[in-house]
Amino acid sequence: MRRELTRPWVASVLLLIAFLAIWQFLTAATGGPTANVDPEYARLAGQSASQEKTGAIPTPVAVAKRGYELLINAFDSSNPNNLGIAWHLLYSLGRVMLGYILAVLVAVPLGFALGLMPKLYQSLNPFIQILRPVSPLAWMPLALYVFRDSSVSTIFIIFICAIWPMLINTAVGAAGVRPEWVNVSRVFGVGRLEHVARIVFPASMPMIMTGMRISIGIAWFVIVAAEMVGAQSGIGYFIWNEWNNLQIASMIVAIVLIGIIGLALDVGLSWTASRLSFRE
Amino acid sequence: MASVDIRDISMAFAGKNDLPFVALDGINLSVKDGEFVCLIGHSGCGKSTLLNLIAGLLLPTKGTVVCGGTPVKAPGPDRAMVFQSHALLPWMTCVENVSLGIRQAFRGRLSKAEMQEKAEQALKLVHLDHAIHKYPYEISGGMKQRVGIARALATEPRVLLLDEPFGALDALTRSSLQDELIRVIEKTKSTVVMVTHDIDEAILLADRVVMMTNGPEARIGDVMDVSLDRPRDRIELASNAHYGEYRRQLLDFLYRKQLARAETGA
Ligand SMILES: Nc1ncnc2c1ncn2[C@@H]1O[C@H](COP(=O)(O)OP(=O)(O)O)[C@@H](O)[C@H]1O
Ligand SMILES: [Mg+2]
Repeated sequence: MRRELTRPWVASVLLLIAFLAIWQFLTAATGGPTANVDPEYARLAGQSASQEKTGAIPTPVAVAKRGYELLINAFDSSNPNNLGIAWHLLYSLGRVMLGYILAVLVAVPLGFALGLMPKLYQSLNPFIQILRPVSPLAWMPLALYVFRDSSVSTIFIIFICAIWPMLINTAVGAAGVRPEWVNVSRVFGVGRLEHVARIVFPASMPMIMTGMRISIGIAWFVIVAAEMVGAQSGIGYFIWNEWNNLQIASMIVAIVLIGIIGLALDVGLSWTASRLSFRE
Repeated sequence: MASVDIRDISMAFAGKNDLPFVALDGINLSVKDGEFVCLIGHSGCGKSTLLNLIAGLLLPTKGTVVCGGTPVKAPGPDRAMVFQSHALLPWMTCVENVSLGIRQAFRGRLSKAEMQEKAEQALKLVHLDHAIHKYPYEISGGMKQRVGIARALATEPRVLLLDEPFGALDALTRSSLQDELIRVIEKTKSTVVMVTHDIDEAILLADRVVMMTNGPEARIGDVMDVSLDRPRDRIELASNAHYGEYRRQLLDFLYRKQLARAETGA
């Protein structure tokens, strides 16, 4: 029994149960009206009506119910003003992927150029250092003004926030190829292009993949905020919209889904990284 | 005819406080075709630097290296190197590592299939038939160093340069690789310049042992001819009448003259 308890996943499950129990206890005790609403009435009036009155934090059971409702209607597109949650997630994922892929296409080749040409790196570095710390959301109004389209603007925001970690990691990776490997290349007369393709590229792969992982995390972070500010779809918009309707349970469901998808993106990329990186 | 001619070479690196750090000062050495030369000296005296100068990885501040009649300005296919840290590319299989050099050296002269054949032959020569398609992380340190030797020999260089190739291996593996090297060089008749800090290795392998003084401003302190027929057998060598005298000469240089010099701060 003791050994069972010390298994990390057992402890995780126990912690989760404890957390849910405390949550249930606190919300059921103080939430008052939420717990007392007649379920039949709540169904008739719609969830919003029942919770608008209360404004309290819903119980985990209520959240689970709401989650179930959202999931069975996830792909509902019958009402264009009230799309299923899956559509919103797909909108967000689509924007992240577009912005992210554009960022990869720019950051990786440019990172190689910077890593292999120290002079170029030095001359571009001031701009990188000034642009990098700018919050991606600071670009939002300017992007909306320039592109005059909220989707394009959010894609641009993703692009601009995802590019820096990949650019810098690729540059550092390409510049830091082990001297012994550079010497092998030189001694055996490997040409410039082949040197980049067959030595610098695989040698910097672990660094590139680390940059890509950091970037996808940041992009998934930023998409929620960007959609709250300037979009009519997407999971960020969904959360903001539910907030306006005081649908606290929906917001919590969305938060959990965002976390799960973020984790999936990271696991997927780290698996890819381990496949693409060399072993020693 | 001289394969490598080192003419009055000095090598200075950018040192602290903008003062040049003179690693080598006035080195002259001529290596004949088919000769096996060992460079021996204390750590940090500039052996690797000298080897890198022959390879063309470094350019001397003074003097020239001439290889096969032409001055060395960069690395070239006439010189191949075996590195101390094996320096295999971990994302390539053994045969791909060996092919890397072959492809550059025989570009336009051999077909793809012939190059592949050559790479596999080189690995067979060092008894790695079974590891051709393995990655470096799948094989032992001794096997990696064999691949390093195969990679260098496969390009059929005029001069083979080895920088303490067995330094990181245990004694038994080292002996078997030394025997392997003896056997392979006997076949290819390569000219070899090898750095070592192992006295027995030098006597076993070399026609000539070049002893370097401690740096900075290292020079050639002494040169010893090992006038025993090659290839040599390590067991016969151990009972050879001259063996003790060779050892004594090298020990005397390394541990009396050089350590005394270091201790007096000269
Ligand atoms: N690139 C370099 N820059 C500055 N100093 C160097 C460089 N390479 C070697 N040295 C110095 O030159 C000396 C000889 O080094 P090295 O040739 O590696 O010695 P060895 O191979 O005999 O141990 C050492 O003092 C080392 O610190
Ligand atoms: Mg060395």
